[in-house]
Amino acid sequence: MKVQKCKGTRDLSPEEMARFRLIEGVFRDCCLKWGYGEVRTPTLEYLHLFTATGTLTPNMLGKVYSFLDWDGWSGERVVLRPDGTIPVARLYIENMGDGKIAKLFYVANVFIFEATGKETREKWQCGVELVGVNSPLADVELIKVVLEVLGRLGLGDAELRLSHIGLIRSLLHQLGLSSEQQTRIFDRILDGDREALTKIKPAQPELKEAFSQLLDLKGKSPEFLKDLAALFSQSLPQLKPHLDNFITIVDLLEELGCNYHIDLTSGKGFEYYTGVLFHLFWDGEEIGGGGRYDALIPLMGGGSIPASGFALYLDRLMNLVKPQSAAGSHRILLGSEPSKIGAVKESFRLARQLREAGYVVALNLGGEKLADFRWLVDVRKGPIFILTDQLKGKKFGLKTAGEVLRILGEEGGSKTSPA
Amino acid sequence: MAVKLALPKGRLLDETSALLRRADFGLSGYSKQVRFYHLKCRRFPNLLARVFHERDIPIQVAVGNYDLGICGLDWVEELLAKYPTSAVVKVKDLSYGQAALYITASRLSGAATVRELGLKSGIIRIASEYPNLAESFALKSRWRRFSVFPLWGAAEVYPPESADLALIPVKTGEELSSYGLVKVSKVLEGGAFLIANAASQAGKDLAGVVASIDDGLLATEKTAPSVEVVEVGGDTLAEAGDDTVWLALPDGHQQSPTLSLLSRANIQVNDNLVNRRPTTNLDGVKIKIIRPQDMPLQVANGNFDLAVTGRDWLREHRYQFPSSPVKELLDLKLGKVKIVAVVSKDLAVADVDGLRQFSYESDVPFRVASEYVNIADKYARDNHLGPYRVIPTWGASEAFVPEDADLLIENTQTGRTIARHNLKIVDKLFESTACLIGSAHCVKGKGKRIESIITALKAVVEGG
Repeated sequence: MKVQKCKGTRDLSPEEMARFRLIEGVFRDCCLKWGYGEVRTPTLEYLHLFTATGTLTPNMLGKVYSFLDWDGWSGERVVLRPDGTIPVARLYIENMGDGKIAKLFYVANVFIFEATGKETREKWQCGVELVGVNSPLADVELIKVVLEVLGRLGLGDAELRLSHIGLIRSLLHQLGLSSEQQTRIFDRILDGDREALTKIKPAQPELKEAFSQLLDLKGKSPEFLKDLAALFSQSLPQLKPHLDNFITIVDLLEELGCNYHIDLTSGKGFEYYTGVLFHLFWDGEEIGGGGRYDALIPLMGGGSIPASGFALYLDRLMNLVKPQSAAGSHRILLGSEPSKIGAVKESFRLARQLREAGYVVALNLGGEKLADFRWLVDVRKGPIFILTDQLKGKKFGLKTAGEVLRILGEEGGSKTSPA
Repeated sequence: MAVKLALPKGRLLDETSALLRRADFGLSGYSKQVRFYHLKCRRFPNLLARVFHERDIPIQVAVGNYDLGICGLDWVEELLAKYPTSAVVKVKDLSYGQAALYITASRLSGAATVRELGLKSGIIRIASEYPNLAESFALKSRWRRFSVFPLWGAAEVYPPESADLALIPVKTGEELSSYGLVKVSKVLEGGAFLIANAASQAGKDLAGVVASIDDGLLATEKTAPSVEVVEVGGDTLAEAGDDTVWLALPDGHQQSPTLSLLSRANIQVNDNLVNRRPTTNLDGVKIKIIRPQDMPLQVANGNFDLAVTGRDWLREHRYQFPSSPVKELLDLKLGKVKIVAVVSKDLAVADVDGLRQFSYESDVPFRVASEYVNIADKYARDNHLGPYRVIPTWGASEAFVPEDADLLIENTQTGRTIARHNLKIVDKLFESTACLIGSAHCVKGKGKRIESIITALKAVVEGG
């Protein structure tokens, strides 16, 4: 039998893990500095958590990994978390649900079946949830956080596309469709079907006008939105609060010098979104997104608590970042004659001292690639330490650990900057 | 290259057999009393025809064990509801065996539309032989919280006490009314289909077989079943109190010995078994006739307090749910069968050590087919049978060996059926008899009545 991993899964090599940890590290650091706290939720949740609220589309729910637990004779299914936000909302309601503001972030995997083989079924996300506050300022804060993370990863030029789910919902509502039809179209939009909106041909002339204007609304200009708000204030007053909210956010982003595009048709997301929706793209590929979801916590029975959040897609970011090579100046390969117990003891002692001084010290167990190390140390009885600098082609015979450290310092430069 | 065709047992057998006769297949032994599952075909000597339970056919075709199959659209859709990427192609609507699947509710339940059900705050319990279609319907209906009870059969008798809804095939309105059910929503309508494996259709020459089946089709309009609800006089459901003891009795071959045992214990069960709700002389006790396979799960959920089932099905349940509250209360010493491990007579394996060696020497995963999925899984696991796969079957497991399974976990009374299918027993797992089961979580107020039933039965069983 061939040994192989599960279909749709992915192994991460040390080199890939270095990318993973780089992103995770930058993300955690940014969040902590903005005053957010890290949380972790279980991989397993009850399926009804996700069906209860109509929060995932039936299409998504048809692709979750759910099963009966060992005590699931009641038919209560558990599921491998298919989404990051709902479990955090659950955590908030269960442990903090006092209506107070909570600034939370997490790094978690989510599981959704994927049939094409183009993507993995287990995906990693860096997510942020800002619970208990509904203001354009909060939405803008999230956008600033996500842009800061991307900036620090060298992806500051990512494209930011803005849409507004409240506006889309309100538009669909005006079309006079049954609530089932509205839901169906809305689900298609959320599943990423960009044509779902453009295919609609409203019968009423004023709606037709509003529709084409809004769908054509691409580019960067709060003024344009303001014109539209003025235009529709008489004919479609229901759109006004959403347009006003959108304008305030866009104005703020403008003031803060953010680059963005408005594209109402880019609605891919979750059914729990209610307000501004944003997506981040790099070279046409989506690398993250988020938005306002004021309806989620009320639907879950947690009271009328607003919230918004975003997630960055770690698997995609991993292909875009380049961690600084850790190989080189501070890696030391330490060897000794295994049969000489005194030398072995001495080598362990030296290794500890070097590690305490900040060096990476690998013991030579045989088969190591010498090119991965700048320094080689051979420990002989005596003790005598033969230190080789592979970069400069120098060799030193030394008697104490202190001497080894001194030469490493003199020849290798400071430990925090590569030689 | 041989073309492999999977044919149904059961409700579609007669018409499928007639169709293949008109198509001049010259199949030997494909009739009601089908005794062998490997059939020869005169017209297409290269055709390998095998008889399966209808429900197994889409799965066998999807995994590529069979190139073609004939079965109801319901079972094709049941597979696709859960596994939409299955390699099954619907080739031809054969226009017979029309049936419609409905979500139904008790007439007494009040809530009768999908929308009303969506507003319910509690758990909606759906009983069905079609768990995947039921789940998919519940998701599309955006019901907030629901549980699906997968069943082997008799879903129609579950609402309203044992489930809120049943997803069932409905033939006539009278039938529906006789169970006190009303339609909530149609889920599916269709009849027998010729289906093909996608890869076989692309890579194999199936044209001759498909064309001849097409030729055999009668040029008749298909008749959609008319499912007008007919009101029948009087409600079949009498009020049941919270302290009513619910007793489940088996259908099928266990029914008659069970009834005679009950009768010897002075528990009379009237013979109105048609709507699966016989009455009894016991006060405060209500009876439903359901499938023995489904009983442990139902008792675990408190839908029934007592049930007469086989120890094999109790074990099957406990292997899946080790902390289940269901326990055996009394061995009824009826219907003794052995649960055995079975292989092809032609396989040079004599015991479990031989099985293990065979499984390790094989280049492909070892295949265990069984109606007892969890017992089979545990057997393979405990005996370290290499990398293995359990193939769930719905009966007629003998048809799987040797091409589509290496090992069967089966029950047998005499071993004759096993021998007739050119199979042999290589291991005995355990003996199973009928037993009375109950729950460790006894509901208050029922204890006395439950105890008196156990005592009465015990006296008969122990008195010989």
